[in-house]
Amino acid sequence: MPRSVYDVIVLGAGSVGVPAGWAMAESGLSVLVLDPFASSGQGSNKAAIGGIRATHSDPAKIRLGLRSLEIARTWKDTYGDDIEWTTGGYSFVAYSPREETILKDLLVIQKRYGLDIEWYGRDGLLEIVPPLRPDGLMGGTFSPGDGHCSPLLFGHALYERAKGAGVDFHFGEAAAGIEVRDGRVRGVTTSKGRYGTRVVVNAAGPWAADVGRLVGLVHPVRPDSHEGGITEPVAPFFGPMVVDIAPAPGSANYYFYQLATGQVVFCITPSPSLWGFDRRETSAFLPMVAGRMVRLMPTLANLRVRRTWRGLYPMTPDGSPIVGWAREIDGYLMAIGLCGQGFMLGPGLGELLARAVQGETTPEDEEILELLSPYRVFKGQEALK
Amino acid sequence: MTRIEGHPIVRKERGTPFNFTFAGKTVSAYPGETIASALFAAGVRVFGHHPKDGSPQGLFCANGQCSQCMVLADGFAVKACMTPAAPRLCVEPLDGLPRLPRIDRAPETTEPERKDVSVLILGGGPAGLSAAIELGSRGVDVLVVDDKDRLGGKLVLQTHRFFGSIDAVHAGTRGIDIASRLEGRVRDLPSVDVWLDSTAVAVFSDGLVGVLRGAAYALVRPRVLLVATGAREKSLVFKGNTLPGVYGAGAFQTLVNRDLVRASERLFIVGGGNVGLIAGYHALQAGIHVVGLVEALPECGGYKVHKDKLARMGVPIYTSHTILSANGTEGVESVTVAAIDKGFRPVPGTERSYACDTVLIAVGLDPVDEFRKAAAEFGLPMYAAGDAEEIAEASAAIFAGKIKGLEIARALGATADEVPAAWSRMGEILKSKPGAAVERTALDRYLSGVAGAVYPVFHCSQEIPCNPCTSVCPQKLIAIDETDLRRLPEFRGADAGKACIGCERCVTICPGLAITLVDERGGSDPVVTVPFEFPGDRFSAGDRVVVLDDIGTPLGEVSVLEVKALAKNDRTVLVKVRAPRAIAARIAGIRVQEPWISEPLPEAVEPLGDDAIVCRCERVTAGEIRARIREGYRDMNEIKIVTRAGMGACGGKTCTALIQRLFREEAVPLTDVTENVRRPLFVEVPLGVLAGALDEAASRRASAPARGKGAK
Repeated sequence: MPRSVYDVIVLGAGSVGVPAGWAMAESGLSVLVLDPFASSGQGSNKAAIGGIRATHSDPAKIRLGLRSLEIARTWKDTYGDDIEWTTGGYSFVAYSPREETILKDLLVIQKRYGLDIEWYGRDGLLEIVPPLRPDGLMGGTFSPGDGHCSPLLFGHALYERAKGAGVDFHFGEAAAGIEVRDGRVRGVTTSKGRYGTRVVVNAAGPWAADVGRLVGLVHPVRPDSHEGGITEPVAPFFGPMVVDIAPAPGSANYYFYQLATGQVVFCITPSPSLWGFDRRETSAFLPMVAGRMVRLMPTLANLRVRRTWRGLYPMTPDGSPIVGWAREIDGYLMAIGLCGQGFMLGPGLGELLARAVQGETTPEDEEILELLSPYRVFKGQEALK
Repeated sequence: MTRIEGHPIVRKERGTPFNFTFAGKTVSAYPGETIASALFAAGVRVFGHHPKDGSPQGLFCANGQCSQCMVLADGFAVKACMTPAAPRLCVEPLDGLPRLPRIDRAPETTEPERKDVSVLILGGGPAGLSAAIELGSRGVDVLVVDDKDRLGGKLVLQTHRFFGSIDAVHAGTRGIDIASRLEGRVRDLPSVDVWLDSTAVAVFSDGLVGVLRGAAYALVRPRVLLVATGAREKSLVFKGNTLPGVYGAGAFQTLVNRDLVRASERLFIVGGGNVGLIAGYHALQAGIHVVGLVEALPECGGYKVHKDKLARMGVPIYTSHTILSANGTEGVESVTVAAIDKGFRPVPGTERSYACDTVLIAVGLDPVDEFRKAAAEFGLPMYAAGDAEEIAEASAAIFAGKIKGLEIARALGATADEVPAAWSRMGEILKSKPGAAVERTALDRYLSGVAGAVYPVFHCSQEIPCNPCTSVCPQKLIAIDETDLRRLPEFRGADAGKACIGCERCVTICPGLAITLVDERGGSDPVVTVPFEFPGDRFSAGDRVVVLDDIGTPLGEVSVLEVKALAKNDRTVLVKVRAPRAIAARIAGIRVQEPWISEPLPEAVEPLGDDAIVCRCERVTAGEIRARIREGYRDMNEIKIVTRAGMGACGGKTCTALIQRLFREEAVPLTDVTENVRRPLFVEVPLGVLAGALDEAASRRASAPARGKGAK
């Protein structure tokens, strides 16, 4: 008979839910992960382009990023699967005083947290990213410890580990209701049945607000679309993730890197934002991103685009994730609003969530939870979201 | 491998040859010829090696869709099948990943060209052109987009006379000539614009269609989209299935009939549908030996007249047989086949191998449906016609396009005319599958009833939509039931009170080469007139030839009396033989291929390794996919994540159907399987082209550059 009572039920088998379920199972909990898609990572996880960095500007994300980076970087040595991890670094480039000022200001904060990141002038940066257009380049930052891996392989490797640790995954099955009695989570109902539990983790990504409604809570999470694409593979010709934060008509920033297998993956942040759940491709994206990319790195002109897609960023009012227990309902844990960084923060966040459920949070965890509290006052925007 | 000289049907002015180099060796090419065709003509079939496993890569689709034929041309990776050779071009094999040529200077970028049009027709083949004619003749503004340098689609590869109705779809005329007729009519319509060398690459949710036009990117906003993109060939999983030399009939016909390259010396065909049967016939016409044909079903699915025609030429057709492997290291050297039982399992001990250099896979067609699916998902006003809607004969596509053209014109308010009921009926008839073969008793009647006269004999014994013979008889003595052109033709002979005059017109026009004329008027042995589509100088008076009955059984050796190669007969030669009365009416053909060509090797060849490939682009084997299915994978997206199947250049065009087939073989119903998501682009486009950065380098990299009018 299938099991019907679990210590924890995680809603969402994506960037956050899978590593969270895994860490919880490893800590001895029985875990069920529910997801309406047919297999793991089919929501926004597979739309991620694969960059993982610690060089954020906010201490909570820096710490989660550092831990996630460590998990990804050591994955092959620890578990044996090749997730195509490459410590290629991140390079934020400046072709105007505006970007130079923003990046140099941030550098101060980043260095304060001990991050390995430096400013390089034009010639120095060209040594790090040779195919950049030299004309007009003022310099940029480079953080050699950041990197990238195949989002598909890493996502799936985490899923395999979670399964191996005993997590039950039910696909094609969404939560239809969350039972709350006497102010405490008691179970989850789906189209296929009822499962008893005392802990529900909302890891539903862009659909987090829908899950919140099941317990009568309003989560300030709403998705916007970012558009990505991938090219044909070519011989390696640059290493780091290149990020251009200069605004241009139609877009706020864009970034791209070359995978270990030779393809260049790229993504753009539309401006104004494309709010909503519509993930259908539009005609505007490719000419816009292509123009920006070939102006920045002219060598890319001869590289063929193979595929394009949209992914949903579950945005919060201040651009930082919302993580923590609900005060209104015992046993309802939020790990939502990752603002498009679920892939790069999820593995570290998953471990923190497991400690939270086990009641074993560290002082550092508490600081993170304080910063990411659902009950914080939302103001401002994180600089490098 | 060389170029074909003296093709019986295709005439071509080649122009002045020039040289380029491949791997340092000089290769000659003719103006307009693709790199791929020139290399094939020079005997080169391996164009590079795959970065993953070093496997030899070569031509596969010959249609710009698959990227298997990439080579380096002056340092830029290009598709050899779509890129014309040029004097002094330096072509290198693509071994592993290409190096991207370094550019330091930022290009000038421009916005894509934008065009609004009432009707955008994707595909200038039989369906698209027929629709354009209906629309254009009613003044509707139309844009036809086609990725080749001339209109006609696959019609331009069809050297045989077409079936169907003379009035409705030009039956009795060769496909290549129908293409010219349709193109001529379209070119005369002022409201119809044509973009050649232009590939539709995506349908977007905002209603625009992305088109790679030469070396530029354009966005077209149609009020109505007509998808007439035709079909792509299905593939098959067997050991050695990606060796250079294994490819589809479309690629073969492109090399042989379009480019007049003798792409093979010895050909083996897998699949007995019309595509495989016709390709075999085309091969024989090109002077290529057709070693044999296997068909998995107990009977060929194609028209019986096509099958019989091939059998009469001397090609063995093995039904209830399958291919086990294509064998060789850098290309096909032999094929191993076996009989199969009712459960389609190979019967041990029946394995046979045949020496060949090419294996044609002709196991059916799938609609090119990605544009249709995207438009449907986005709710855009969309129609589909021809193979993109439903796989059928080209004649059916011509008529379906005509119907859809009128429907669209009406929907746009350009006409009040409704589609006549007779059109709809004709459309259905042309799409119908062939009927069962019937016993013909008429033969006996001819032998007894009109002795001493001249009379036609019909060797077609299966109901198919076809009627050219009825319309050419000056005596009106050939009739098909007027209510249904699928009925068999009847010779009314004496019943009508008129006699056949032996004009030979029915013999000449029959697309199946299935009418002979028996003339018993001379008193001695009758003279039999046999249609023949090989060079007229192949036989001359006095030669002894082997004649065969309708299904290819040899009847004996007889003498040629006369070979008539008349201009009015449009390249159909008439061979007159004198034959004994006992066999005269049974003679249906003359053997062109000697039996020794089809003999098996002394022993069956075991294939090298277990490399039955499902995803050609990423080199994913059937074993890898099967293992995942057995582990419980049911989401094709998840299979893609872990194996990369479907992530390659072609975007799952070939492997999607093969993976579904593996699921069925593993007894998993497809209702339990989640289909993989298909995302644009459907054909790769360089970033520089998308950016409107029209420098020389970007132009070179475009998929279909500088060959026709779209040249930059």
